[in-house]
Amino acid sequence: MIALTINGRLHEVDATPETPLLWVLREWIGMTGTKYGCGVAQCGACSVHVDGAVTRSCSVQVGQIGNAKITTIEGLSPDGLSHPVQKAWDAFEVPQCGYCQSGQIMAAAALLKSNKRPSDADIDAAITNICRCGTYPRIRAAIHAAAKMVQV
Amino acid sequence: MNEISTTDNSAPGRRGFLATVGAAAGAFSLGWSLPAEAQAAAPAAGVEVGIWAVIHPDNSTTIRIARSEMGQGTLTGLAQLVAEELDADWSKVRAEYIAPEENFARNRAWGDMSTGGSRGIRASVPYVQKGGAAARMMLVTAAAQKWGVPEAECSTASSVVTHAKTGRKLRYGDLAAAAAKLPVPAEVALKRHADWKIAGKGVKRLDTRDKLNGRLVFAIDVKLPGMLNAAIAQCPVFGGRLVSFDAGAIQAMPGVRHVLRVDDVSVAVVADKWYQAKTALAAMPVVWDEGPNSKVSSTSIAAFLKDGLDATDAAVGHKYGDAAGAITGAAKKVEAVYATPFLNHATLEPMNCTAVFKPDLVEIWVGSQNGDASLAAAAEAAGLKLSQAKVHKHHLGGGFGRRGQQDYVRQAVLIAKQIPGIPVKLIWSREEDMQHGFYRPITQAKMTAGLDAQGNVTGLHMRISGQSILAYLMPTRMENGMDPVQFQGLAAAEFGYLAIPNLLIDHAFRNTHVPVGFWRGVNTNQNAVYLECFIDELAHAAGKDPLAFRRTLMAKNPKQLAVLNAVAAKAGYDQKLPGGVFRGICQYTGFGSYTAAVAEVTVSKKGELKILRIVAATDCGIAVNPAQIAAQVEGSFGYGLSATLYSECTIEAGRVAEGNFDTYEVLRMADMPKVETIVVPSGGFWGGVGEPTIAVAAPAVLNAIFAATGKRVRSLPLKHHDLSHA
Repeated sequence: MIALTINGRLHEVDATPETPLLWVLREWIGMTGTKYGCGVAQCGACSVHVDGAVTRSCSVQVGQIGNAKITTIEGLSPDGLSHPVQKAWDAFEVPQCGYCQSGQIMAAAALLKSNKRPSDADIDAAITNICRCGTYPRIRAAIHAAAKMVQV
Repeated sequence: MNEISTTDNSAPGRRGFLATVGAAAGAFSLGWSLPAEAQAAAPAAGVEVGIWAVIHPDNSTTIRIARSEMGQGTLTGLAQLVAEELDADWSKVRAEYIAPEENFARNRAWGDMSTGGSRGIRASVPYVQKGGAAARMMLVTAAAQKWGVPEAECSTASSVVTHAKTGRKLRYGDLAAAAAKLPVPAEVALKRHADWKIAGKGVKRLDTRDKLNGRLVFAIDVKLPGMLNAAIAQCPVFGGRLVSFDAGAIQAMPGVRHVLRVDDVSVAVVADKWYQAKTALAAMPVVWDEGPNSKVSSTSIAAFLKDGLDATDAAVGHKYGDAAGAITGAAKKVEAVYATPFLNHATLEPMNCTAVFKPDLVEIWVGSQNGDASLAAAAEAAGLKLSQAKVHKHHLGGGFGRRGQQDYVRQAVLIAKQIPGIPVKLIWSREEDMQHGFYRPITQAKMTAGLDAQGNVTGLHMRISGQSILAYLMPTRMENGMDPVQFQGLAAAEFGYLAIPNLLIDHAFRNTHVPVGFWRGVNTNQNAVYLECFIDELAHAAGKDPLAFRRTLMAKNPKQLAVLNAVAAKAGYDQKLPGGVFRGICQYTGFGSYTAAVAEVTVSKKGELKILRIVAATDCGIAVNPAQIAAQVEGSFGYGLSATLYSECTIEAGRVAEGNFDTYEVLRMADMPKVETIVVPSGGFWGGVGEPTIAVAAPAVLNAIFAATGKRVRSLPLKHHDLSHA
């Protein structure tokens, strides 16, 4: 059994150590907010926080996580709507199909934790997740708006 | 036999299973609504007033949606149209899918479920508006009868009927039961658009909140009791077959339950978890018969298409005058050959479908662009009647035309049929998804035109050579050997340059073994590259400004010209750009809408391209939700510029070489320009929104690159081109 701390709760799973965190979240624990898009750390749909750092969970083996604390989209805010990034995403109506947005939101939240006022160039460098609907301009605008909310 | 079976068959019985599922998703399944409080708890059961609206005791309204939501906002737009005519309280509106089996059982009362061709709203308009208006009349009649007053003295607003003379009011929620007993009126009057309060406004989407926290259940997220998971491998070479597989080699791997032949071309591993299924499948020896196409390559296909550029046998799409004669006799002849590659849709949610088969019922959970077709595919694959199939529609994690095809539905049912009673979720790996698409067809075009001594176009011949979608997917829709889809944006009703005196646009069929399909924007994308870049070439050959040159050629196309002028004005086309910045302009028509774009770019001496700004305009006739139209136009440049800059499916040894996003590259944040959108609805017609603007992305950028570098790029993607310049 492997023990994982996810969104503040301890989970024990009977997955083999090399199983990617993504699939443990989705299939062993049943938390499907974190998405599969590519399996090779290209698209970012599976982004979660591991000890606060944005991490592509498809490419992290669950046996390597140890005591690190995992936050998924389900644990970003208590009500699922009140994190500044979620509020800004709502205000700017960022999502189209929505499939990539869990990962985009987790990437944006991690960026704002380390960079309170990111520039456009900072956003370009940090947000490398794929969105096939092309919501990038709204993601950018929403990150700037969320940064302002955090500062208030 | 290669199959093994280690399943204990302890899946729950049908009754328990259906009870569990029914709690989560009934025939009228998931609902999406604006107010958080309405989302928190489902309202008490409502009453159907007509077929499009259900009115609840709390005076909220549920509006039925037949089309599919894949990000394009159709769910919200259709709800707006019904709510407008119904005079519903928009703050208490939610939307839900009508189940395909309900539509089938009730003689397709909710119309066509197909969601493609940018028809989601424009093709639904006549009946959804009438549905809302009919429900409103029924509520008015119910109130008038209750009060004993003439209907004409009653008015409606925000889900309340008012009798002004006596000041009496009744909520829809209190009238619905009586209204539902009345006949649905056949004749209804629709509102004037000038009186719209909900439709025509940029109201917020109904489906945003669950996309902010992982709560939205896409088909890939479905969980059912006792569910197993399947990974599939299909013959990598199109047209090849599955010969054999060594199930014994993976039998002992963790979680593996079954190894199943799916059909002639594919094998699946079924395991407790999908990750286990995928891992075991990758380890299993499989023998394929690659068939006759294993030597085909992108190089051989390019030669095959090149041959079509001068072939005598071609289907005519648009012809008037004598183009050949006019070009031969011209003072100057201009000729250029263009090419575009196969492309995958690459929806971020890979193909997937969950199915459970019983001897008298097949049930599926799926993201589909066509609920009716999914129902039919499931029934057919199960060998059951249409009345023995059920489809749970989920929002799509991207569609772009790919999920109009039902191959993955059939596969899921063929797998489920071999393990009756057990739900099984089939998920394609990204690699399967990339290598088994219905690709945007590959074409080339030879553009030939004549210019007279003053630089006027005397004639234009556009020869397309390449693969036809209809010939592959639906040959019965061909018209006398001509594929009308091939000529999108070029046929008489759409072609923007009718002032060209002599014209011939034709197509030489060069069909390959690669499956092709409808890719968001379909053939407008390739045709716009060919036509709009070549018009730019002609302008330069004539020594004229590309905008002024187009204006002359568009003298007989006032609608298109107005959009072109709108974009030029917004972009400040007559103003000088900062040093190093160059612009390109283009226009195109498709899916019933007129579009135009200006791109502003820089290209460094070393050839590094930066797209700084896009200004895009669309005239879709009537705008149902201008805010969502703007979102679609913006997003179109994400899709269109991916194809412009990076994306390409190459064929090697008969198969698609690219397997994932490391080789099939798409646009990311850093490359996305600022997009300024102008929605210029001129009224009087209903045009499409989701697709038409993609076509102008590539030519606007390519024309700007020419302005910056003097280099004319005639094949995509741009990553193959050296843009360095002196």
